[in-house]
Amino acid sequence: MSVDTTAVSHDPIGESVPQRPLVGASGSGWRERGFKYLLWFSLAVGIVTLATLLVYVLVKGWPRLDPRVLTNMPSAILPDRAGAQSAIMGTLWLMVFTALFALPTGILTAVYLEEYADPSRWWNRMIEVNLMNLAAVPSVVFGILGLAFISRGLGLGPTILTGSLTLALLVLPVVVIASREAIRAVPSSIRQGSLALGATQWQTIWRQVLPAATPGMATGSILALSRAIGEAAPLIILGVSFVTFNPNGLTSRFTALPVQIYDWTTQSRTEYLVLAAATSVVLLVILLAMNSVAIYIRNRTQKRR
Amino acid sequence: MTQVVVDRHAAAAGTEGFLRQQRPRHAERVVKAVLFLAALVSVATTVGIVVSLFYPAAQFFSAVPLKQFLFGTTWSPTFNDPQFGVVPLVLGTLLATLIASIVALPLGLGSAIYLSEYAHPKARSVLKPTLEVLAGIPTVIYGFFALTFFTPVLRWIIPGDEIPTIYNTLSAGLIMGVMIIPTVASLSEDAMAAVPQGLRAGAFALGSSRRQVSTGVVVPAALSGIAAAFILGISRAIGETMIVVLAAGLQPNMSLNPLQFHETMTAFIASTAGGDIATGTTIYKTIFAVGALLFVFTFVMNMLSIRLVRKYREVYE
Repeated sequence: MSVDTTAVSHDPIGESVPQRPLVGASGSGWRERGFKYLLWFSLAVGIVTLATLLVYVLVKGWPRLDPRVLTNMPSAILPDRAGAQSAIMGTLWLMVFTALFALPTGILTAVYLEEYADPSRWWNRMIEVNLMNLAAVPSVVFGILGLAFISRGLGLGPTILTGSLTLALLVLPVVVIASREAIRAVPSSIRQGSLALGATQWQTIWRQVLPAATPGMATGSILALSRAIGEAAPLIILGVSFVTFNPNGLTSRFTALPVQIYDWTTQSRTEYLVLAAATSVVLLVILLAMNSVAIYIRNRTQKRR
Repeated sequence: MTQVVVDRHAAAAGTEGFLRQQRPRHAERVVKAVLFLAALVSVATTVGIVVSLFYPAAQFFSAVPLKQFLFGTTWSPTFNDPQFGVVPLVLGTLLATLIASIVALPLGLGSAIYLSEYAHPKARSVLKPTLEVLAGIPTVIYGFFALTFFTPVLRWIIPGDEIPTIYNTLSAGLIMGVMIIPTVASLSEDAMAAVPQGLRAGAFALGSSRRQVSTGVVVPAALSGIAAAFILGISRAIGETMIVVLAAGLQPNMSLNPLQFHETMTAFIASTAGGDIATGTTIYKTIFAVGALLFVFTFVMNMLSIRLVRKYREVYE
């Protein structure tokens, strides 16, 4: 480790340069300041880009941010009449069913890994490593899985059911990781108290651990779902493309906001770019709403404790 | 928990007959089995991915020799005389990933050092969530931003003969890099937080400045975690799709010039699978061959990253 203490290493000649006081070492000097500015710069690049992106999308989409976006159906020929209603409804349907598939499976997996699994067993370690890897598998690969097994293998086609099953598998690792953290945060004294009173392990989990972990699991699950509804690539691979009707069931074809944004960005007419920006704002508002709910739940429980 | 169980057994052994094992709880076993089955869903997903990728890929390689696929430099699967050399797609992926890494790795590490070692707790509680919003923006919106805002800016900055094409890998790579900053920053910061406070205190006591403590003590001590963060960041760049589909173009290119268009592996998969292609044709199987290669790339990197995270956890936690 190169922890150089001021005078010695900075001053090879010794006497010719006056020794710097110790205070000079902590916080002043151009090296210190330069380094700090570099760190500021690192952070600023991300934050400035975020601000630019948000302002740009809002300004670009402003002319079309009117009720037409919400009430009209997409159109490839008439940009003035086009809206994103079927995409908004498709995204909401997807969100509900992705949650229905991913949350129970994810939470049960988390309970198993935290409360039952013996980490010295190879199969439990395998489940754990497997989840960590799945969390980093590219979303296009999940798209291919959905295409091969669900859409074409089971013959379900690019429907709400196919889309939400694919997205559920995609966010499952995120739900598990978040739920495990929430379960781990429950103090073990609560478990021991319950067991000491004669409750079985499952009674302890169901009546004590899960209620205490619910806010944390809710926060993590909402964040996982907001990742799911922003995904475009897997849906495009499944063959989801724009439709002019709202979904009416699990086997209905559909479109979703990210796919609609992609479609409009690839159109040649500039009116559609404005529409893509306006639709992006709609998607960002939905994500913002979900994140606000997640943060609200987290803050409320933090205050209570 | 185990403590309690042990005590109960001990008590049962001591007071023979009074506190014997309760009647068998079958429901408890059923619950455990159900939970285990839920945990197996994720394993089944991986098995499903491997089967769905490698089975059609194997069929593809019976039609196209593996050597031709891996080393061929022409990619034109839809032409009358189809060529299946994947090198241009890999090159496009690596070029975009390189550009993204040049942005994301240093800036992510810098952000992490600032948040972990410099920022006041109050500033940190605002800056960290703000940075994480970057990771929550849908990638299709980044793609839109790169194509319609950032590329024109680049074309304005770099004029003349060198002017970037409408679709160019530089724009896609740079925006992708910014998108990955929070991934790198958040994991690196976790690793730095795990460095014991005593190491910092010791270095400060020896008269080190904050910079010296950060670069000489904290970063070296957290190195395996930072390496894991870097690898995961690179893995995300390799697998990112929508930004490159929209901003880097859909034409394979063997040039190393980032101002030109390139097709990446993910962009090929997304653009080809999205069309109406018949199951069982060679072009359909091509998607799986490229997907299998992509999966192998990211799998190796993820495993490396998981190992490195384990390493720092073993040392400090």
